[in-house]
Amino acid sequence: MRELAMKILTTPRMERCIGCHSCSLACARLVHKRLSWDTAGIRIRSSGGLSTGFEARTCLACDPAPCVAACPTGAYKQRRGGGVVVTKKLCIRCGECAKACPVDAIYLDTSGEPFVCIHCGRCVQYCPHDCLEHTEILKEASETAEHAAEQTGEAAS
Amino acid sequence: MIRDHFRVLIVDLSTGQRTISDIDGRDTVAGGSGLAAMLFEKYGFLGKPWDDPGQPLIFAIGPLTGYFPLMSKTVCAFKSPYHDQYAESHGGGRSALSLRFADADALVITGKAKSPSALIVGSRQIELKDVHYLWGTDLQVAGKILRRMFPGAGHRTILRIGPAGERQSPMACITADTYRHFGRLGGGAVMGAKNLKAIMIHGDASFPLPEGNAYAKLFEEVYAKMTDTDMMSKYHNLGTPINVAVLNDIKALPIRNLQATADPATAGITGERFAEVALLRNAACAGCPVGCIHIGFVRERFQKENRYLYRQISYDHELIFAVGSMLGVMDCFEVLKLIDVAEKMGLDVMSPGVALAWATEALGKGIITEKETLLPLAFGDSTSYQAALRHMAYGTNEFYQLLSQSTMKAAERYGGGDFACVLGQEMAGYATGETFFVSQALGLRHSHLDAGGYAYDQKPKGKTVEDAVKFLIQDEKGRCFLTSMVSCLFARGVYTDEVLANCLKSVGYGSLADNMDTVSEEIQRLRWNMRIRSGFRPENVSIPKRFTEITTWKGQIDTLFLEDLKKEYGRKILEMAG
Repeated sequence: MRELAMKILTTPRMERCIGCHSCSLACARLVHKRLSWDTAGIRIRSSGGLSTGFEARTCLACDPAPCVAACPTGAYKQRRGGGVVVTKKLCIRCGECAKACPVDAIYLDTSGEPFVCIHCGRCVQYCPHDCLEHTEILKEASETAEHAAEQTGEAAS
Repeated sequence: MIRDHFRVLIVDLSTGQRTISDIDGRDTVAGGSGLAAMLFEKYGFLGKPWDDPGQPLIFAIGPLTGYFPLMSKTVCAFKSPYHDQYAESHGGGRSALSLRFADADALVITGKAKSPSALIVGSRQIELKDVHYLWGTDLQVAGKILRRMFPGAGHRTILRIGPAGERQSPMACITADTYRHFGRLGGGAVMGAKNLKAIMIHGDASFPLPEGNAYAKLFEEVYAKMTDTDMMSKYHNLGTPINVAVLNDIKALPIRNLQATADPATAGITGERFAEVALLRNAACAGCPVGCIHIGFVRERFQKENRYLYRQISYDHELIFAVGSMLGVMDCFEVLKLIDVAEKMGLDVMSPGVALAWATEALGKGIITEKETLLPLAFGDSTSYQAALRHMAYGTNEFYQLLSQSTMKAAERYGGGDFACVLGQEMAGYATGETFFVSQALGLRHSHLDAGGYAYDQKPKGKTVEDAVKFLIQDEKGRCFLTSMVSCLFARGVYTDEVLANCLKSVGYGSLADNMDTVSEEIQRLRWNMRIRSGFRPENVSIPKRFTEITTWKGQIDTLFLEDLKKEYGRKILEMAG
């Protein structure tokens, strides 16, 4: 075991959210090359109507991640510092990852393709109220996670 | 989705038939306002009344909706119960992006449902559900139940009507997602006439983006202008209520049924005052990082012991003017209470506010009595006005039935037309002078947003009728292209012709970009053509005497200029309509 500095996306100031969806749209546009507010690693919804504000559905960077354990093909691997690295070519669209996620952070499109935050932080600058943060964390990385990271790199493929 | 045609969802509520139609015209009418007018020509009945079941209710978005910031509005078109002519009303919330992601350029609703119903639309769903149990509910109750009933929280729009719409009042609005509205000219009544309590649009599709990096690069530039520069600070900061103090300072704020244009007491309802004591938070339409929606709060003590409830209510300049300065209500919390009642009833706030201002003066003059008003309406008496708004929504007696049709309908019956503050419909919150009065009186939407007449009034003197008409026509032309994209008009400073052309090109609408001027002219012509053919006669529009009695920072109103401008602008409108 050794300490690793990694960045993860956090949503510390969601009370400020105005529901513009700029973060979701940016993720879909820049990471997934799509026009969408669904096929994104962060998705915004009202929490019981607009009068009660907004919440973000995004990966909480679990380590170990339940979605990794649920994935039958090894498409999901533990990311160093928390979260996952997804190798899309190994994905069989079974949807087990989304079922396993306790916080509904994984979106499946109509073909069953999963979309989950890769903790790249590209959405952060589009938030007009500074709700999001790309935070550096120090974590003790397990050998498994280190191995997975070495094998897959850190970008979604 | 980028297409060289329009994908239109058509739902006939009478037969239940649902159709998806590919319709040409992208390079001639663009989308939004242009598309709505084209669809009205195709599906509407110019000679039949507004509530004929066959008449369409149209919602249209544009080629840039969702692709760029502030391309976040939807155009709603219908034959209006207010004047039985073609009408447009614009709204935001999540309506535009929801339609985009439901993969429709427009939704056309015809027919009349057999029982009160809700229409549910998505990229893979078109369904009509019986919701008779919601008929009669106010908008707050209906909103809560509808949210529970349908999927897609956060990525859907719920358009709904309240009791005023069910009763088919021409002052009934369609509320979008709690805080936004297709406010004016009676869209809510059109839904009511169709037995349609709600429309839920679930935006559940996604689309590939144009290849190459031109689009992404341009997006960054436009986004930076919207957020990093001062261009949008007015809307981001105090919002449109900043106008209250500005207009009061130049003696151009309509006060107490336009009996005054300035009053120190308006200090209690300025944008600054609202921000200081009543602003709770902001919100945005989907796709807009500016977030101009200002949400205030009121709290209400409902038991003798210290037991309170609170409500969140969005406010804007137009609402503050209509139920604030116009009614002599100069306390921001009292204004919010009035907005709240109108919201629950599904009334557009502006028209009823102006109508009640007229009723108050009429009562004071003895033209009507408390037998009609049922209440001792008096400027500043918020409690009476709250009750009066309910009477307008429910049409409690003949007087309120007439008043909730229009101020002029009531004035025709009881007298007092001279002081009815009506410019095509109940006035907007600007008493800047001749050009604005003519612009709203003859404007296609009878809105201050049809053309910047209020800004033209504030330019230095030395204007000629010819110059003013030229300005109104040119300005309207630019705006109707923007509302065909469909941009929020608050972004008009950013979306110059050059920027718009680049945006269109970057997503593959090169031909539209190359012909913007011709297309704008065609959209302008088509909209006016629909309006004129459905019965509009500019020469029949009169500007009540009250508008000529006011004094602004410029002094008295120039009645000769006003009349000449109205005549000439009317002539040009007929010419444009072809």
